Amino acid sequence: MIRFEKRLAPSRTTTILTPIIAVILTMIAGGIMFAALGKDPFEAIRIIFWDPLFDENFASYSRPQLLVKAGPLILIAIGLSVGFKAGIWNIGAEGQYIMGAIFGAAAALAVYPAESPFIFPAMIIAGAFGGWLWAMIPAVLRTKFKTNEILVSLMLVYVAESILASVAQGLLKNPDGYGFPGSRNLQQYPSAFNGEVIANSGMHWGVISAFIAVIFTYVMMTRHIRGFEVRLMGEAPKAAQFAGVSTTRLIVFCLGFSGALAGLAGMFEVAGPAGQITIDFNSGYGFTAIIVAFLGRLHPVGILLAGLLMALTYIGGELAQLMLGLPGASIQLFQGMLLLFLLATDMFTNYRIRLGAAQ
Amino acid sequence: MADALLKINGLTKAYPGVVANNNVSFEIKKGEVHALLGENGAGKSTLVKMIYGLVKPDSGQMTLNNSDYSPVSPNAARSSGVAMVFQHFSLFDALTVAENIALGMDDAPKPRELSKSIELVSHAYGLPLEPNRIVGTLSAGERQRVEIIRCLLQNPELLIMDEPTSVLTPQEVEILFKTLRQLKEEGTSILYISHKLEEIRALCDEATVLRHGEKVATCVPSKTTAREMAEMMVGASFANPVKSSRNIGETILSVKALSSSSQDQFGTSLKSINIDLKAGEILGIGGVAGNGQDELLSALSGELKTNANAIQFNGEPIGELGPIKRRQLGLLSAPEERLGHAAAPAMSLKENTVITAARRMGLLKSGFVNWSSANDYAEEVIEDFDVRTPGTHTPAGSLSGGNLQKFVVGSEVLQKPEVLVINQPTWGVDAAAAASIRQKLLDLADNGAGVVVISQDLDELLEISDHFCALNEGSLSEIVPTAGLGMDQIGLMMGGSTASFEESAQ
Repeated sequence: MIRFEKRLAPSRTTTILTPIIAVILTMIAGGIMFAALGKDPFEAIRIIFWDPLFDENFASYSRPQLLVKAGPLILIAIGLSVGFKAGIWNIGAEGQYIMGAIFGAAAALAVYPAESPFIFPAMIIAGAFGGWLWAMIPAVLRTKFKTNEILVSLMLVYVAESILASVAQGLLKNPDGYGFPGSRNLQQYPSAFNGEVIANSGMHWGVISAFIAVIFTYVMMTRHIRGFEVRLMGEAPKAAQFAGVSTTRLIVFCLGFSGALAGLAGMFEVAGPAGQITIDFNSGYGFTAIIVAFLGRLHPVGILLAGLLMALTYIGGELAQLMLGLPGASIQLFQGMLLLFLLATDMFTNYRIRLGAAQ
Repeated sequence: MADALLKINGLTKAYPGVVANNNVSFEIKKGEVHALLGENGAGKSTLVKMIYGLVKPDSGQMTLNNSDYSPVSPNAARSSGVAMVFQHFSLFDALTVAENIALGMDDAPKPRELSKSIELVSHAYGLPLEPNRIVGTLSAGERQRVEIIRCLLQNPELLIMDEPTSVLTPQEVEILFKTLRQLKEEGTSILYISHKLEEIRALCDEATVLRHGEKVATCVPSKTTAREMAEMMVGASFANPVKSSRNIGETILSVKALSSSSQDQFGTSLKSINIDLKAGEILGIGGVAGNGQDELLSALSGELKTNANAIQFNGEPIGELGPIKRRQLGLLSAPEERLGHAAAPAMSLKENTVITAARRMGLLKSGFVNWSSANDYAEEVIEDFDVRTPGTHTPAGSLSGGNLQKFVVGSEVLQKPEVLVINQPTWGVDAAAAASIRQKLLDLADNGAGVVVISQDLDELLEISDHFCALNEGSLSEIVPTAGLGMDQIGLMMGGSTASFEESAQ
């Protein structure tokens, strides 16, 4: 008989080791899946994990893409991780990401074609505000009416998607776009363009913001009283109340923080890599970021690494589709396996396996 | 001499870093009430868990009725005739008595038959229970009955009871003892774990004393003094708290007609409570658990806000202030539940100091926690209150109950409160630790602070308090001087009779 025995304290080694083991198990299980599809598993794994970074034909294109994809994932996941630590579950980052993009783009398009160094900062503020505002809806409903923030934030994603479709065809539609849906392309609007800070690196302002968010959150969680309150709320809600932490304020803070960062990510995306508001602007970063947050163990540095890894599987997955003709679904399956194995190996952090009967 | 029911021979159990039980041997005779004594961390619970099949010993044997006994699970223990009543009840508030009992049985009979046998057995043993009552509406004493009846329905040969009287009034204790004596007459053996030495003296035939995982002594409780037993447990003599005469100062905390409804569905609402606490005074608040103790503490700590004037501190209305502001003024508190309320189990002791001491001890600098100050403060508490722990990095949850309580009380007392409100300061704490905590509370009052001690341990309240009152269904009795108070009078106060007298007088 196999039993799980709870550890007194989570083991430090396994906390660090389990994500690595999960990645290796994903490679093995994914390899078997690729083999079953009739592809060479070693080649497929190499194309996903190695070629995007080191193959001389692809690396020049893929390497910058790594940061472009990782940036928003990290930015959103960092925001989510704070709430998750406190037991406040914002599942609707995708919606906040969309609203951030709409607000950010709208701020720029409102003054188009004026050029000014203040436009881009104004877009940043507008983007963060848009995401924050969208997250305030579940926050207020939770604190005033005790609704469940998981459901409300998730449902608001679909509302945000409808608003996106509406503005792409109406309010923000490009007047010179020959009737096609979609806004003006901000890449061609110098004051609003979120270009690369270092050429060919993929490093745009969103990526820099993500790095700043990582450092900021790390300091807040380890040194600042607010971070302590967040952890206390997650560990022992009654103790947090006893300490004098206001539950209402903490909920508003956590949802607002994650909403603002998701909004920022959306704004940087629309002003940079995406360029314009379109009906299908969002591509699931807000949901993938949930995986990234847990893959990174809700730790800022872990999230940084997890975001890069997740971005790599995206790029490598696209490359594998292209090179080996793998179906797109198999790549999604591959990413799903990663989360599955992570959660499965997670057991070992808090439990140890015992063979045989009760000891 | 009666036959041995359970023989324990050389039981040893080691956990990483600590030997919980080392070569423990003793036997429980048929129809005997056997006490198991020891400080927290002495290995009592590990030993009991081995007997009840929750933990497997590393070495050693047990025999039950002269045949090998090595239960692999509580189910196996129960089918061999060993039953246990835990210190913490495992009952579902929203279910009925019968449903709760059925859940705990391996093969429960049909509901109607079960209800019938519950009524039958509970009346036969003088612990009447109504099978269809919702457990959430029961008092702590009645809940314990549910647990006991659940065990008795399985006709155990050995009944293990872990600190059964900590939630009972003196009258309820008497009833329980009557039941236990009746069981004993019928030949059931009882393994009785308690810290209350007087109870053990009154009830038990033999006692086994454990210290640091080893059996250090056996004695016949009725022929041994409580003090001798306490010293066997601790392995040294210790001082009883000394109550010196104090100067009682001005009123520092006054509560006027405090009423509030409980946040908890099955909680108790406070009804027009009046308290007048002077500097240098210890006010003891007795009462059976679940009569508003938690709510009163929340109202005083600031977790539960009331109207501003209901609570006044140095004449200033503070009813609307939260815990942080009240602490800054000097009103500190320590709730009953150590893990999860007073302390966060997974956080280190260093981190736990920040929960209440952050502002008062200057652990914060423009919002940033000064972790080295927090560490210093945690060390100070550990040093001053003799908390036994590897260090400030130890998670609070891994400390024994007594040590954690010393830490919790210590981190409040060392903040030099003007008023300290404390709920169950020595609940589940061993005799030596309890004595030292009480002494610290006395010292605090000697230094001019007002102390409110809410407790279900009457001996404790009588020992340290200057004034006494009791909570009953959310109402507080009249406050009377402790000196010269008799047990019968206390029983009446706990039953609410003086409270009703006061209401009619108003």
